[in-house]
Amino acid sequence: MNPRSRGQILHALGLIAVLVFTIFPFFWMVSSSFKTQADLLASPPVWLFRPTLANYADVFADQKVIDAVLNSLIVALGSTGLSVILGTPAAFALARYEFRGKSDLWFWFISNRFISPIVLALPIYLLGLQLRILDTHLVLILVYVTFILPIVIWISTDQFRSIPRELEEAARLEGASQFDIFRRIYLPLGLPGIAVSAIFGFIFSWNELLYALVLTRRAVQTAPVVATSFMSGYELPWGKIMATGTVIVLPVTIFALLVSRHMVRGLTMGATK
Amino acid sequence: MTTPSTRRRLAYGRWTPFWFLAPAVLALFLIGIWPTLFALVTSLRRYNITRPRDGFPFIGLDNYVQVLTDPTFWDTLGRTAGFFLVVMPIQVALGLAIALMLHRPGLGMLRSLARVSLVVPLATTYAVVGLLGRLIFNRDFGVANALIGLFGFPPIDWLGNPTGAFVAICVMDIWQWTPFCALIFLSGLSMVPVDIEEAARLETPSKWALFWQVQRPYLLPGFTAMLILRSADVLKLFDMVFTMTRGGPGAATELISIYIQRVGFRVFDMGLASAQALLLLVITVVLARVYIRFFYREIEA
Repeated sequence: MNPRSRGQILHALGLIAVLVFTIFPFFWMVSSSFKTQADLLASPPVWLFRPTLANYADVFADQKVIDAVLNSLIVALGSTGLSVILGTPAAFALARYEFRGKSDLWFWFISNRFISPIVLALPIYLLGLQLRILDTHLVLILVYVTFILPIVIWISTDQFRSIPRELEEAARLEGASQFDIFRRIYLPLGLPGIAVSAIFGFIFSWNELLYALVLTRRAVQTAPVVATSFMSGYELPWGKIMATGTVIVLPVTIFALLVSRHMVRGLTMGATK
Repeated sequence: MTTPSTRRRLAYGRWTPFWFLAPAVLALFLIGIWPTLFALVTSLRRYNITRPRDGFPFIGLDNYVQVLTDPTFWDTLGRTAGFFLVVMPIQVALGLAIALMLHRPGLGMLRSLARVSLVVPLATTYAVVGLLGRLIFNRDFGVANALIGLFGFPPIDWLGNPTGAFVAICVMDIWQWTPFCALIFLSGLSMVPVDIEEAARLETPSKWALFWQVQRPYLLPGFTAMLILRSADVLKLFDMVFTMTRGGPGAATELISIYIQRVGFRVFDMGLASAQALLLLVITVVLARVYIRFFYREIEA
């Protein structure tokens, strides 16, 4: 065998190893969700089994899971929507104007990406207790804005900067206000970037556990909280847990695949593209 | 500086940026700064919400003294650093290997499939990664034991012993975040101008020389970003470890965010937990500052 084709075989094997590495745990979750309890508890684990839909029937018959998915959806859409409404004008200002304190403001927006949720979870719990807004959608939506807003601002600023200034000349000559320019030129042209940032916002808020765990009780438990709550008792309902996990993970995985080209940009706040 | 004439050319007033920024600033102030100030006040009080009858008296810096002299706090910080030092080199090495494989020409189909698959771990809900970890590392029916059994090792009670549990959370973190490193390295590799890379390939048969002389400089900024972001993320790490081990057994996997959550929401000593959280915030803000210094120089200027 010549060295060239040997290299190619090694390359192919390496890539297959990468695929196995990234997909295996995901595959294991999905396949476990189709197993009966007996198959799940088999030792050694079984690879070939007769699939059952019982776990999914169980999950979709459980009002708690349905409610949790709805709660997650409300909170994720609410916090993402609010972040877009608040963030895009700010991004417009950062992209188009020069003013004092701009770099400090920028630093403050971006540094929210670094803050551990536990830092805010404690005081917001105490404030929420006093304001009687614990265990409401509102408190989660507001808290999630703290980490979604910076992403929206970052990605939208970047997008708005790439819009050529000449495009607003005509509008300005017609006497359009700055807000008109923002609304009629920047928002539509910046839509791709705004959409990407919204998808990131949705994914992050959908996946969040710590805030949801400490700021909710019963009424607005989100999907990750409910999935975690199955982890008690003597014999764990593994099939149901894995089916719930699959139900939670599948939609965000699809979303993430949609923005996979921008994954690095979103996760590093644009430090690498 | 804006002179009156440039202002007319730009056609906006002094206050225009203010109106566009006000909503976002106000919102982040109300849900970010105000609670942080509240935490600051709380950290100066004895604030155990299970004992409201004691009131919440101001006790000065007592909570801070207690945190700084609390061996458990330093242990958890040390454990968090240890966790970072275990997972980071592995993620960097694996990530680099994966990026180089994905960058190498040929095998288009398989290559794009592998590239897309990197998104899967990154998108998986962190809490679900923890639940999955409990299944995979189960002593009796976990697939991890089946795997090491193939090599003749006896089954291990991973989550039942301190070292095993620590290894298990490391493995799950490595699974989830190696793709992040791989994607950053890959984007660095694709920044190398094609003609330079081609010329280098013709000039030297050595892959190492190509990597070290040509590709490495393009990888360094991404590498720095990765180090800073991953260290911030490890300080934030809660969901996966909480669902997998709750910090146990004992305190074997109690990382800093898990510990503060326990003090705050299971011991309910809010004053002490607030002091801990604010010290964590200080570390984080330093990290953020460094990050921004490195990567947003044109905005600072």
